[in-house]
Amino acid sequence: MFEQIKISNPVPERPAVAEGNFYKPLEDKIGPGMNPRIQRLRKLSVDTEPTISIERALHETAFYKENYGKYSIPVLRAMNFFDHCEKKTLYLGDGELIVGERGPKPKAVPTFPELTCHSVEDFHVLNTRDMQRYTTTQEDIDTYEREVIPYWQGKTQRERIFNHVPEEWKRAYEAGLFTEFMEQRAPGHTALDGKIYQKGMLDLKREIEENIAKLDYLNDPEATDKAEQWKAMAISCDAAIVFAERHADLAEEMAMKESNSQRKAELLKIAEVCRWVPAHAPRTFWEAIQMYWFVHLGTITELNGWDAMNPGHFDQHLQPFYEKELASGTLTREEAKELLSCFWIKVNNHPAPPKVGITARESGTYNDFTNINIGGLRPDGSDGTSEVSYLILNVIEELHVLQPGNSVHISAKTPDRFLHAAAHVIRQGHGYPSVFNADVYVMEMIRQGKSLQDAREGGCSGCIEVGAFGKEAYLLTGYLNVPKILEITLNNGIDPVTGKVAGIETGDPREFKSYDELYDAFLKQLNFVIDQKIRVSNYIDRMFAKYAPAPFLSVVIEDCISKGRDYYDGGPRYNTSYIQCCGLGTVTDSLSALKKHVFTEGRVTMDRLLGAVAKNFEGEEFLRQTIMNKTPFFGNDNDAADDIAVGVYNDLLAAIDGKPNIKDGGKYHLNMLSTTCHVYFGKVMGATPNGRLAGKSISDGTSPSHGADTHGPSAVVKSLTKLDHIKSGGTLLNQRFLPSLLKRDEDIKKLGHLIRSYFTLGGHHIQFNIVDTATLLAAQQCPDDYKDLLVRMAGYSDYFNDMNADLQQEVIERTQNEAF
Amino acid sequence: MTDLVRTGNASHLIHFKFKNQNMNSGLIFDVKRYAINDGPGIRVTIFLKGCYLDCAWCHNPESISPKVQKLYSADKCIGCNTCVEACPENACELTPKGIVTDPALCKLCGICADVCPTKATEMSGRIATVEEIVAIVEKERIFFDQSGGGVTFSGGEPLMHSEFLISLLDACGERGIHRTVDTTGFAKTEILLDVARRTDHFLYDLKMMDSERHKRWTNIGNERILENLKVLAATGASINIRIPLIKGVNDDDENIEATAQFVASLAGEKKRVNLLPYHNIMLKKYEKLGEHFDPGIMAEPEKSRQKAIISMFAAHGVEAMVGG
Repeated sequence: MFEQIKISNPVPERPAVAEGNFYKPLEDKIGPGMNPRIQRLRKLSVDTEPTISIERALHETAFYKENYGKYSIPVLRAMNFFDHCEKKTLYLGDGELIVGERGPKPKAVPTFPELTCHSVEDFHVLNTRDMQRYTTTQEDIDTYEREVIPYWQGKTQRERIFNHVPEEWKRAYEAGLFTEFMEQRAPGHTALDGKIYQKGMLDLKREIEENIAKLDYLNDPEATDKAEQWKAMAISCDAAIVFAERHADLAEEMAMKESNSQRKAELLKIAEVCRWVPAHAPRTFWEAIQMYWFVHLGTITELNGWDAMNPGHFDQHLQPFYEKELASGTLTREEAKELLSCFWIKVNNHPAPPKVGITARESGTYNDFTNINIGGLRPDGSDGTSEVSYLILNVIEELHVLQPGNSVHISAKTPDRFLHAAAHVIRQGHGYPSVFNADVYVMEMIRQGKSLQDAREGGCSGCIEVGAFGKEAYLLTGYLNVPKILEITLNNGIDPVTGKVAGIETGDPREFKSYDELYDAFLKQLNFVIDQKIRVSNYIDRMFAKYAPAPFLSVVIEDCISKGRDYYDGGPRYNTSYIQCCGLGTVTDSLSALKKHVFTEGRVTMDRLLGAVAKNFEGEEFLRQTIMNKTPFFGNDNDAADDIAVGVYNDLLAAIDGKPNIKDGGKYHLNMLSTTCHVYFGKVMGATPNGRLAGKSISDGTSPSHGADTHGPSAVVKSLTKLDHIKSGGTLLNQRFLPSLLKRDEDIKKLGHLIRSYFTLGGHHIQFNIVDTATLLAAQQCPDDYKDLLVRMAGYSDYFNDMNADLQQEVIERTQNEAF
Repeated sequence: MTDLVRTGNASHLIHFKFKNQNMNSGLIFDVKRYAINDGPGIRVTIFLKGCYLDCAWCHNPESISPKVQKLYSADKCIGCNTCVEACPENACELTPKGIVTDPALCKLCGICADVCPTKATEMSGRIATVEEIVAIVEKERIFFDQSGGGVTFSGGEPLMHSEFLISLLDACGERGIHRTVDTTGFAKTEILLDVARRTDHFLYDLKMMDSERHKRWTNIGNERILENLKVLAATGASINIRIPLIKGVNDDDENIEATAQFVASLAGEKKRVNLLPYHNIMLKKYEKLGEHFDPGIMAEPEKSRQKAIISMFAAHGVEAMVGG
């Protein structure tokens, strides 16, 4: 869920030992804390440098060379997948219980040349860039140059797309007005429901075959297309089974040679599990996890969909297995925790596939955004928490790995015990779990037309976007740089950074007589840019439906089988396209500054303000300070600013929400998130009228601009909930907290109350960054961005910025001591 | 009045009729939302300006004077001269050290703060009406409902503004908002009882037990404070005791032992004690007031000492904790 962006604060992967393993590991026991097996596996996962594996590309190229044109595209894709599952190098690591890797070893990432083919230069860039490197050996680069690149040149999905985009789109794209997800990776964002715990691949294949048998070639005009889809799906089921069987064979082989009797027994158990799943529905907790893992691997091997794959409500899916086995004595809590930990490490072994082209230069994140949902509601509307939910919280707290992401889902029915347990993990300061409002996102989905049950079974994947798990293709199409739209409005359609045309002519703002006139011009640009975006997204959608269908993914998403249609071709029950709008805070504050200083008070002329912005406020510090200190900004529970934010949000909705995409009644909706794209968007922009300097990040998600919220978290919550979140497909609120605000257990409870308050008022999501010393040091360097940093001590509170250097130093030292 | 307090025993000030307040309005210097250390739940704390005491360690020195004050931070000043030009009294002057205000000329009109682009100049203290405060408090209602929080009136000494405070307490009470009063306890007993009738919870400061020492460190003897606390406890009021814990001032065995005994002897439910260890993070506030703060011997007691003190309270059956 991430695009060509440098991230400012990557979540560091820290070794367990440096973390003190949080708990003392017990000899011969599995809990509390990581046992030696998990510590070893975790260390290997964390220490391994990501590499590129060219194996998949070699298999695929050879397969396409031999077979392209012989079969329909869906069948070709399925056979290609089968071929790779049959041939790929397997990995079964020492001590592993959950098995299977996408590459030949942990953190070896394949390439997907059918979508985007890396050049030799790309590999060199990936080998040497400062952050988030992926290394490839020279030998592999040479092989790639010889075997892979010549075949795919001119035939990749990316080239197909860029050869057809209109000039207006290209200009807006190059100006950084929006990004396009699908030019680099396949549309994704998929989470599963409970189907794979009820049905194995053989059961699903039987359903497919029954459908084929019933085909009416005489009367159904789509019969042939459906037949090809179903054939492809059936082949994909076989591919997953073959892949598992090969692991079973390997485990048996290794067991024969194994001298350690305990490991021998484990290997035989692994073989037994892999013989059973995914062919059949799982019977045990272990099989259930391995079942999901094989499906996960299948979907991320078939294509490289955004945001990997996601088990959805994993605790709810695993609960029946856990309870049954605990009751029958075949599983202990500790064993369950160990298996979950093994699974967590598996996900961490799978970094996101790297980009190609100029965007490869920009480092990204290894995170592939598998976001496991914990808690929430069940399809019948009852509370979804169980012992497994708490078990997962333990695992998250102990393992502390980059992936998978995780989130807790809170409804009015969720017990406080769960919320407080989650808040304890939040206090550790890893940035997760993030917290979602199940009651509100169920409403969001119902508004989008989902059934109540499907909505409740849904949740949030990737970052914050909502979808009906297991039944929906909800594709993120790209980020929209809303402040940049204002920037080109203030320059009559020209991008001031490059001097090139980026939008349409909406008039010289110096001639505008009123704020309304300015705002109307902004809306015209907004609608123009969004229409460009939608037009090309629709085109790309069709390209995927035609050239890169995903038959394996279609097997596990309802109703692709019954409709006989691919996941990318309107097969799922619901089909949504999202546009992610960024920078609400920046655009609101900029409009607020223009409104107050130019139009309402008239103390500053438009010419002067635009001149100052063009000069990056050089020589205009007085004006910049006046704006920053004397303008109502979003996030302070001040209607003067919040009303502007509500207006922009509603106008974004009017421009996007409900527009048809071209898939079986599917529609566009918006969500308000930026992941880390606000950093990239900031880089392509000059200064903004809110006093933000050129190149600096714009605001993220629906959060206030950095440092603009100076009235504490309760005011932020009040401002944010003036937006009607139910009309979105997700909003994002980041809150910075100093550890001193979470010192006592009582403070943790109050954090819970803050969350409940936000959710009662209709907030969708909140996450807390517990500020560490590094942030405070950054705050000393750039005080303007950190005006919100509140230092709370008993009987005293102040803003970090309001302290002098010595006292800031003292707070930094205290923060070090208070870190959890 | 600040000057008066600093010249000796100021106990007579209790009879001072504070002109900046009446039943409709009073002088406040700050509002803190998401206050989590000022009573139960999530609260909004309203700080009333003016205090009878002048504690050597005061963390909010701008709270002492019951008048509007001008605050100035040289490090935020960009020397733009705007305030100098805007001042109708010609009281401001730009010097190499920053803006210097002539107190003889300054009428505290606040125009300088209004035009200052960087908030280097700010005014501390503004007259607020009961209606205005209630509107601010109402904004936080959802957090009260969820957390069992409410409003806290702190200061300064809120009881110094008794007419205003009583109106505020009544107005919040009518709206079902939980009310906490954070007090030094230095007030006429009848006023304290009048306030107590409309207060759900008290945070009651207890600095030290020996009156002479108390006078030395705060300029006021503690007889009335102790007596008021006994009377208040006897009414059955809900009270948390707050003790600023300062090494070399009140952390000695003798004082702690006496304090623990006293707290244990109070009528009603056992009072909980919040120990607030001294720190000097508020130094900047003194700078802004143009005052000098000398920490002298004052320091934060070591963590081990804090623990020992908690045990001394525990020996008397009193639950003490750091923070809160």
